[in-house]
Amino acid sequence: MTPAAASIDDFAAAPTTSSTPVLELRDIRQVYGEGEAAVHAIRGIDLEVTGGDYVAIMGPSGSGKSTLMNLLGCLDIASSGQYLLGGVDVSSLDDRALAKVRNEQIGFVFQSFNLIPRMTALSNVELPLIYGGVKRAERRQLAREALELVGLADRVNHLPQALSGGQQQRVAIARALVTSPTIVLADEPTGNLDSESTDDVLGILDSLSRAGRTIVVITHENNVGDHAARVLSIRDGLLVADRRNRPLPTVEVAA
Amino acid sequence: MSVFETLRSAFRGITANKLRSALTLLGVMIGVGAVILLLAVGNGSSQRISGLITELGTNTITVRAGSGFGFGGGGGGGGAATTASSSSPKLTLDVANEVAKAGLGHIDAVVPEVQTSLTVANGATSQTSVSVIGTTPNYFTVTTAKVGAGSGFTAADVTSAAKVAVIGSTIANTLFPTGTPVGQTIDVGGNTFTIVGVLATQASVGVNDPNAVVVAPISRVQRSFTGFGAISSMVVEAIDSNSVTAAQGEVSVELNQLLKYNPASLTATAPYTVTNQATLLQTAAQSAQSFTVLLGAVAAISLLVGGIGVTNVMLVTVTERTREIGIRKALGATRSAILGQFLVEAASLTLLGGVLGVVAALFGAQFPINGTQPVVLGYSVPLALGVSVAIGVFFGVYPAARAAAMRPIQALRSI
Ligand SMILES: Nc1ncnc2c1ncn2[C@@H]1O[C@H](COP(=O)(O)OP(=O)(O)OP(=O)(O)O)[C@@H](O)[C@H]1O
Ligand SMILES: [Mg+2]
Repeated sequence: MTPAAASIDDFAAAPTTSSTPVLELRDIRQVYGEGEAAVHAIRGIDLEVTGGDYVAIMGPSGSGKSTLMNLLGCLDIASSGQYLLGGVDVSSLDDRALAKVRNEQIGFVFQSFNLIPRMTALSNVELPLIYGGVKRAERRQLAREALELVGLADRVNHLPQALSGGQQQRVAIARALVTSPTIVLADEPTGNLDSESTDDVLGILDSLSRAGRTIVVITHENNVGDHAARVLSIRDGLLVADRRNRPLPTVEVAA
Repeated sequence: MSVFETLRSAFRGITANKLRSALTLLGVMIGVGAVILLLAVGNGSSQRISGLITELGTNTITVRAGSGFGFGGGGGGGGAATTASSSSPKLTLDVANEVAKAGLGHIDAVVPEVQTSLTVANGATSQTSVSVIGTTPNYFTVTTAKVGAGSGFTAADVTSAAKVAVIGSTIANTLFPTGTPVGQTIDVGGNTFTIVGVLATQASVGVNDPNAVVVAPISRVQRSFTGFGAISSMVVEAIDSNSVTAAQGEVSVELNQLLKYNPASLTATAPYTVTNQATLLQTAAQSAQSFTVLLGAVAAISLLVGGIGVTNVMLVTVTERTREIGIRKALGATRSAILGQFLVEAASLTLLGGVLGVVAALFGAQFPINGTQPVVLGYSVPLALGVSVAIGVFFGVYPAARAAAMRPIQALRSI
């Protein structure tokens, strides 16, 4: 990572008292389909994530990791159970309020990047700010800083197809953190990347964590899980283990 | 999201895929242009025909002696007199006067005509086979032959069988190349006539030159040339152009009575034939109308095909962009923000295409097509524009609305 003018602290979280959970799941269940063909992807999960924590979710393929992550990111709505994000029950929100939550509180990083083709890296990063109603000049500035932070200052005007997988994922991370969301969710962010790009991406997540941001990352690679402070294991839609590697990350106070 | 941002992202959407945008534009442009232009061609040709109708006089009917087209017209009164059997009454001047005096409700005037073909001369200059018409003074008011210079003859001229004549412009030009013919004399079949007027030049609709005529009092022409038997024809003027059919009925009934002709009888041959140029031309106008309708149908089909093209492009676009909609929703776009973007995209594309189509059609309508000058119908412009924009916007926005209503993950999963 090249040092950049922008500092990770620009995107630091507002200080949260570690006792209040930023997100809280109560008996969350997700069922796809109906009757005989119903798939119980999540079968009752209770979970609390404290502000500033760095959580990894691990488990075999098909265990329900992505399903859980989509619920956390408000990309999907649970069949039953309660999901409180910053103390607010998400299932009670309408389209407009949900959009606001996705825009302001959540930064989502997908395994497949999900950048909009035919839009430059800068425009892609600007997008959540547009929906957040940020003025053009300020938006530009913030997007540039976010791209600098992920080491892509020299790629701002490139289209996604002109970037490597690792670079595309870094653009996606810049897009996820540009709004300074409450939590950053990453669903196998390194799943499509080689080891070098994986290190880049993990480095960024680590520094975000050090800056106090709450991070939840899905992985089935152990070395990725080792970066996290807390590791959750999922099997068949149930939480089977909850292990803490190290204490809650402490915020490095900027000078 | 502000209006300005909506416009910006719509513009981005349009320029991001130039081929798709160009195809949409082209589809709308062709559809709109074709509708306006085809309707203009149909309208132009029917206007041309109604112009012809007014030129020929819409409120007259012509009754010819004889039971078919073969007997009427230029054969001359004598001819008609010999063909009709002497035992049955013939169409004579008296009969014409009876019709005029019968007080028929839809008839304004009856103009009897005898006609023959003679050589006319001015000194050494002569012209053969000139149509010489004997008639009454109302000939000049009822028929399309109008006096251009000098005057027509009078009722007194008819009573006294005066040797006066009004000549057509072709005769005037041939026999009197220099100077005015009015007041001069002319030799008609050996008799000297004084020229009192010259007819205004008439448009030619058939093979005969309507300006190669000599018009004289009916009494004089009968006395000198045709004899007092049957007349060639009579022109009946209806009170207005809407009464032509009624007038034709009244005249037929009256004539059947006067000529003791029973149209139901199988053995009797009709002693007269009624022709109605207005009706013929109205038929032509009707066929022009159906031509317009046909063109309109073709135009509607091309608009439909253009619309299907636009629909296709729009549907493919939105399906292709459902994932984009999912991403935008995941980043915090509201349903209305996405709808706004797709609405503006579809509306501006189709509107621009439509306006280009209108411009192309208005330009194309400047040039005659197959001899017909297209006349753009006022309503066709908003109609074509409205329909195409409605199609484009509906099929651009409807699938986008469906995608925007999905949960982000549903939209993201679809291809
Ligand atoms: N839209 C859906 N419709 C029906 N079944 C689904 C749907 N999405 C997920 N599932 C099912 O739910 C279960 C959990 O899927 P999920 O994608 O959460 O697994 P995962 O843990 O993310 O697996 P992987 O590691 O392979 O990504 C699977 O059995 C899957 O088939
Ligand atoms: Mg998954």
